[in-house]
Amino acid sequence: MIKKIFLLGNPNVGKSVVFSRLTGVQVISSNYPGTTVEISKGYLKTEEGKIEVIDLPGAYSLEPTSRAEEVAVTFLKDGPMDEMAVINIVDATSLERNLFLTLQLIEQGYPVIICLNMCDDTTHRGIHIDTQNLEKILGVPVISTCAVTGAGIKLLIKRIEEAKPAQGNQLTHEARWQEIGRIVEAVQQLTHRHHTLREILEDASVRPLSGLMIAAAVIFTSFKIVRFVGEALINRIFDPVFLNLYQPLLERLSQALGHQGFTHHLLIGELINGKIDFKQSLGLLTTAPYIEFAMVLPYIISFYLILSLLEDIGYLPRLAILLDNLLHRLGLHGFAIIPVLLGFGCNVPGILATRVLESKRERFIACTLISIGVPCVPLQAMVFGLLGKFSGFYVGGVYLVLFSILISLGLILNRILKGYSPEFLLEIPPYRFPPLTVLGKKLFFRIKGFLIEAVPIVLLGVLIINILMFFRLFDFITAIFAPVIQDLFGLPKEAVVALVIGFLRKDVAVGMLMPLGLSAKQLFIAATLLAISFPCIATFAVLLKELGLKDLIKSTLIMIVISIIVGTILNFGILH
Amino acid sequence: MKRLTLIRMKQKQKAKVVEILGGSALQNKLMSLGIHPGREIVKLSHMALRGPITIKVARTVIALGHGMAGKIIVETND
Repeated sequence: MIKKIFLLGNPNVGKSVVFSRLTGVQVISSNYPGTTVEISKGYLKTEEGKIEVIDLPGAYSLEPTSRAEEVAVTFLKDGPMDEMAVINIVDATSLERNLFLTLQLIEQGYPVIICLNMCDDTTHRGIHIDTQNLEKILGVPVISTCAVTGAGIKLLIKRIEEAKPAQGNQLTHEARWQEIGRIVEAVQQLTHRHHTLREILEDASVRPLSGLMIAAAVIFTSFKIVRFVGEALINRIFDPVFLNLYQPLLERLSQALGHQGFTHHLLIGELINGKIDFKQSLGLLTTAPYIEFAMVLPYIISFYLILSLLEDIGYLPRLAILLDNLLHRLGLHGFAIIPVLLGFGCNVPGILATRVLESKRERFIACTLISIGVPCVPLQAMVFGLLGKFSGFYVGGVYLVLFSILISLGLILNRILKGYSPEFLLEIPPYRFPPLTVLGKKLFFRIKGFLIEAVPIVLLGVLIINILMFFRLFDFITAIFAPVIQDLFGLPKEAVVALVIGFLRKDVAVGMLMPLGLSAKQLFIAATLLAISFPCIATFAVLLKELGLKDLIKSTLIMIVISIIVGTILNFGILH
Repeated sequence: MKRLTLIRMKQKQKAKVVEILGGSALQNKLMSLGIHPGREIVKLSHMALRGPITIKVARTVIALGHGMAGKIIVETND
């Protein structure tokens, strides 16, 4: 009787897609190795009952060479062999490399069933695999599937019971590769064809000159699209809904509450010139939903649309090759660009993704750089919303300052931290073009995740601020920090509240700056400080989990020092 | 027959891996990706300034750091 099913395979063969198909649990999958860093569990419902399904991180071998592989192998060794089945997911377009792990699994006596995935991709690559023959040679069931569309999954489920240990002798590595050569020879037929446009693009994007040109074009276009889609959503949909439909309702509520009092203060906030102002009133029903839905959500949608597209096509590992050189100087290697890009959406998944980096040193550098120098979408959206009305110099300035900090801090950390960072070794996936439905699902999943996490905290944040302000409890904190804020950073003492709230969520914090009537320079300094200083509470929690207390304290000290230096320099040095 | 490292290979050149210098950790890691003595590879590209090198092994494209590439000894026909 099978009680547990493990999904195991090389990185980037579609384990997570198969997992979603089997369990109905949505997990993020992309076209680069190492998307899955955490173990996901779900249940497959069969006629006999529920079977636990475990999605393991990708592994090339059962002799672990990275942390992710170690995790996978430990899990596998844990379960009693007669109560489990291993679905070995194999990328049909790269049979040879994948069989190394398959043979190891069979040699060690695991009950294996093979899911020959990406079968749709083999046809136009001129690959034909004789699955029946493969089944006969290996002695375990082989089912061809295309998990993205769902083809073959039913058959896979039906045959899971057939997973069984096969005869296999323990081979040396060399002998195993020889054996694989023989198997591939017997089951795989290649038809020669001319290079397709896709392959020409694949090659061009890893060559030095054409690669850099493509990278520049991709980054520039992505940025333009994110801004264009974001602004269009705000101007065409969210702003009209708030101003034309929602505001009249609120005005009536405000009137019913008598335009003042504690409840009015909590729900509506302050009236500006006798009317509700979504950006300045600061109420639970006014500014809180406006910040999240009309200022941040549009950019969340446009950012994740582009990021998901780049992820699924498989462009990011190519960007990693191009940036390897630069990132080496910062004590990282090219692959670190993926956690950094994820961090631009939200620091939390960015920091989780640093698990693909091998050494502790690299992970410390990457986590520190992300939490200090990489602004998340909510923060960026607010910076656009706040500074956009002044000259582009200010918005550009925030990015310029953050970028300079990233580079100089990386250079310094690489100098002073002991040890060295390991080298780059990465499989580069082929370009793939996922069906739009798959992309849509992923986008929806990420937006839902954002709303579930953000909305309660934003409401809570605004509630706390309003209560504290109503009873004037902030005066105490303000008094303590006022000297630093006023004398060093040139900000009014009320800005202390915003900087403190930044610990809860960055978007609310920038929102707090709106009613203060700051000058462009002050807004610029405050927004930059919010980006650098303490990460929000969710990021803080992940940092603690990933780095441990000691490194978190180190990282935090670096953060405080940089905030004070940068705030002071910006106030006295550059701007007048 | 000529022996050289991956670094010295020219773009689009074919060669056979003959030796991997360095410790068993590196050898195992490369082995599990299919890079081992006896294997035919094609060099695809080489980034400037000691950047990563991309090669094709069977049907897989693999990028590896400059230092690692210097430890892989290959043999070419010309």
